[in-house]
Amino acid sequence: MAELATVPVPPPHAGEEDHAHHGPQGWLKYLWSTDHKVIAMQYMFTGMFMAIVGGFMAYVFRMQLAFPGFEVPGFGMVSPGEYNALVTNHGTIMIFWVAMPVLLAAFGNYLIPLMIGADDMVFPKINRLSFQVFFVSTVVILASLFVEGGGFAGAWTAYPPLSASAEYNLTDLGSTLWLVGVGLEFVAFLLGGINFITTLMNSRAPGMRAFDVPVVVWMIVIASILFMLSVGPLLAGAIMLLFDQTIGTGFFDPAAGGDPILWQHLFWFFGHPEVYVVLLPAMGFVAEIMTTFARKKLFAYKTVIFTVVATGVLSFFVWAHHQFIAGIDPRMANIFTITTLLISVPIAELCFVYIATLYGGSITLNTPMLWALAFIAEFLIGGVTGIFLGAAGATIYFHDTYFVLAHFHYTFFPIAIIGTFAAFTYWFPKMFGRMMDDRLGKIHFWGTIIPFNFIFIPLFVLGMGGQHRRIYNYEHFTELAGPGFQNMRVLATVALLVMLLFQLVFFYNCFKSWRSGKRASSNPWRANSLEWTTESPPPHGNWRPDKMPVVYRGPYEYSVPDRDDDHWPQNAPN
Amino acid sequence: MNETSFFDGLIGVASSYAGEIDFLILVVLVSVGVWFIAAEVVFFWLILKFRAKPGEKAQYIDGKDKRHKRWVTRPHFAVLAFDIAIIVISFQVWHHVKIDLPDNPDSELRIIGQQWAWTFQHPGADNVLDTDDDIFTVDDLHVEVGKTYLFRLEATDVLHSFSVPVWRIKQDAIPGRSITGWFQPTEAGAFEVQCAEICGFGHGVMRAEVHVETTGEHTAWMVTNAPAAVANLEVLNNG
Ligand code: HEM
Ligand SMILES: [Cu+2]
Ligand SMILES: [Cu+2]
Repeated sequence: MAELATVPVPPPHAGEEDHAHHGPQGWLKYLWSTDHKVIAMQYMFTGMFMAIVGGFMAYVFRMQLAFPGFEVPGFGMVSPGEYNALVTNHGTIMIFWVAMPVLLAAFGNYLIPLMIGADDMVFPKINRLSFQVFFVSTVVILASLFVEGGGFAGAWTAYPPLSASAEYNLTDLGSTLWLVGVGLEFVAFLLGGINFITTLMNSRAPGMRAFDVPVVVWMIVIASILFMLSVGPLLAGAIMLLFDQTIGTGFFDPAAGGDPILWQHLFWFFGHPEVYVVLLPAMGFVAEIMTTFARKKLFAYKTVIFTVVATGVLSFFVWAHHQFIAGIDPRMANIFTITTLLISVPIAELCFVYIATLYGGSITLNTPMLWALAFIAEFLIGGVTGIFLGAAGATIYFHDTYFVLAHFHYTFFPIAIIGTFAAFTYWFPKMFGRMMDDRLGKIHFWGTIIPFNFIFIPLFVLGMGGQHRRIYNYEHFTELAGPGFQNMRVLATVALLVMLLFQLVFFYNCFKSWRSGKRASSNPWRANSLEWTTESPPPHGNWRPDKMPVVYRGPYEYSVPDRDDDHWPQNAPN
Repeated sequence: MNETSFFDGLIGVASSYAGEIDFLILVVLVSVGVWFIAAEVVFFWLILKFRAKPGEKAQYIDGKDKRHKRWVTRPHFAVLAFDIAIIVISFQVWHHVKIDLPDNPDSELRIIGQQWAWTFQHPGADNVLDTDDDIFTVDDLHVEVGKTYLFRLEATDVLHSFSVPVWRIKQDAIPGRSITGWFQPTEAGAFEVQCAEICGFGHGVMRAEVHVETTGEHTAWMVTNAPAAVANLEVLNNG
């Protein structure tokens, strides 16, 4: 932070040039910058690129499922081994290289300093290191797809013994690189997490108390804490698995006295909290956007924070619901059924609070608001279908079927895709200094939301019909090969194609708005939180040195009675 | 419990506990369905009702007032009540299917998953497992309708999962362990087994069939297959 003093005051509207005043020059400055906003963009664009990769994989295997035995345009024939590798890496990439970097790292980096009135993260160099490690992990996971034998094909959960031995998985190098990539990604987020937590604790603007911090910042920081608390055992497990793969140890090999189920515990002890790690930032975006465009105070701010903490704590006690039928002692299922169903209470509470926030509002349905509202409407489906799977008795049937698959896509898609579009369209004016085209935004919105439901509702039905996951061709199964089922597969795939097509509208809109959109004022949405008190885009150091904000109130003072203005920025003295 | 399931048309009901599992699923469906519809209706109603109108300001509600807060707290106690109901029924089903094994099963089987086939060990004419007249088959399980079976599920290489959708049965198979479970087929016919746990290249074709036979058919099958049991196994393994 000492850097701030050395930054000369740049001319207005010269955001992009600001970094040039210190550190490396030219394009290198983007690789070596310690500015949290630049690092945020690095994460964002890497994440978006990986979303295209993960989306392409979904396209390939959905085509294979709808039209088995035909060449997939742009890919070719899909062999069973390739199918497994595509599914595995689609899942891995979407979670670890899309959801995590975009929701947590990109928006966390961008928003935390700006929303708490700090000039940067407290450890800018650790922050830079975090991205660099992440970048290496990205290269490793992409490289793993092209080595001899192909990418890892043992599912994103990587259960041993399949994942532990090339003799079984037939992807010697692919599985090792996959593991190394994932391990490095964890390291990157551990580094980033340290920064987020410390920055929130130490760098808040004068006057900003704990409960004046915008919900999204709390959510991202709590998510980082959850991540850091849960990932340790898995990182250790990943190293053990790496040893099993490469130097012949037998931690997970029953023949050598190891235990394959141990990995499942380590994986899901992390894996379940991970769901909340990505959920919380998205819930945070939605809170900011809903309050802004409903001109409403967030309903019961403290309840939200405490509920989120409670959810976080509970999330450490539900992991074995992924293992009900995995061979654990069946009596254990009782305990985990209880904890899993209990966690529905705080999650339902959060949904109710968000819905209640709309009451008495003055709602404007522009693009970011549509995304935010769609998040609630769609996430509810993911939430309620989780109850089926939390009840161990029902999971006997549903486990590893497309019902599960549709369920978690109804959580992950709202989180990673809808939540990201909400945040991206909301903060775009701040990030790029231009307004996005609202009409194109809405076209893109409907072109994404409607097909999304047409992809995954048929998959629920297929799951209820007994279709299991990770099977490359259902023609082999007489009970599943009927025309009714096959039509549903085709419907899902066609809907995906439509959805992918509409993403072009988004890219066009981004490009067009970035080039020639209307210039954004510092606060186009008339919002209260601090990022809107500086220029769009903010300069290096975020505020001019003499304009660092001071905070007088919480972030949700909208439509306060007896005030003419319906917003009341956090930094306005009165 | 009666045997018509809301899964009718999607999948058959062919074991003694399939109906119970379906009933549990139905209970969950109804309870979360009520919540889901209520929440979405309120949600969309609020969006329609509170659209911005020129000159009208939003209300200032911070949610601290008890009168407001109860709109959130009361429903969440109701959620809790529904959860408890689901937990109770789920426990009953879970115990019946997974914990309380039948005391006097009619027969015992061994099921072995390996990359990428299922081996079934039937007890043969003496109805005792691990004796000389055991019948080994690959990818075809033969059982008698209405009889209760205990099975020992094993794996030789990686994880697999034994799943017969029409029976609503599913259990992972783990190398190094033998997991006991049970089932009682109630419908005669041939049904599909899917491997439900990814197990490598051939996972997608790791299909088997259960042949649920009447007593007469089953006895006939045992007779024709008994002497050649060992020879059969070799042929099938190579095939
Ligand atoms: C773009 C739309 C998407 C479509 C059409 C799609 C479709 C699918 C399908 C059909 C499968 C299962 C394939 C199989 O088991 O045979 C799958 C697996 C998976 N997807 Fe997606 N998906 C999409 C987006 C996402 C997103 C955004 C995420 C997470 C952020 C995600 C996470 C996963 C995971 C974790 C798996 C499981 C992988 C495994 O079985 O190892 N997907 N997806
Ligand atoms: Cu979980
Ligand atoms: Cu399998």
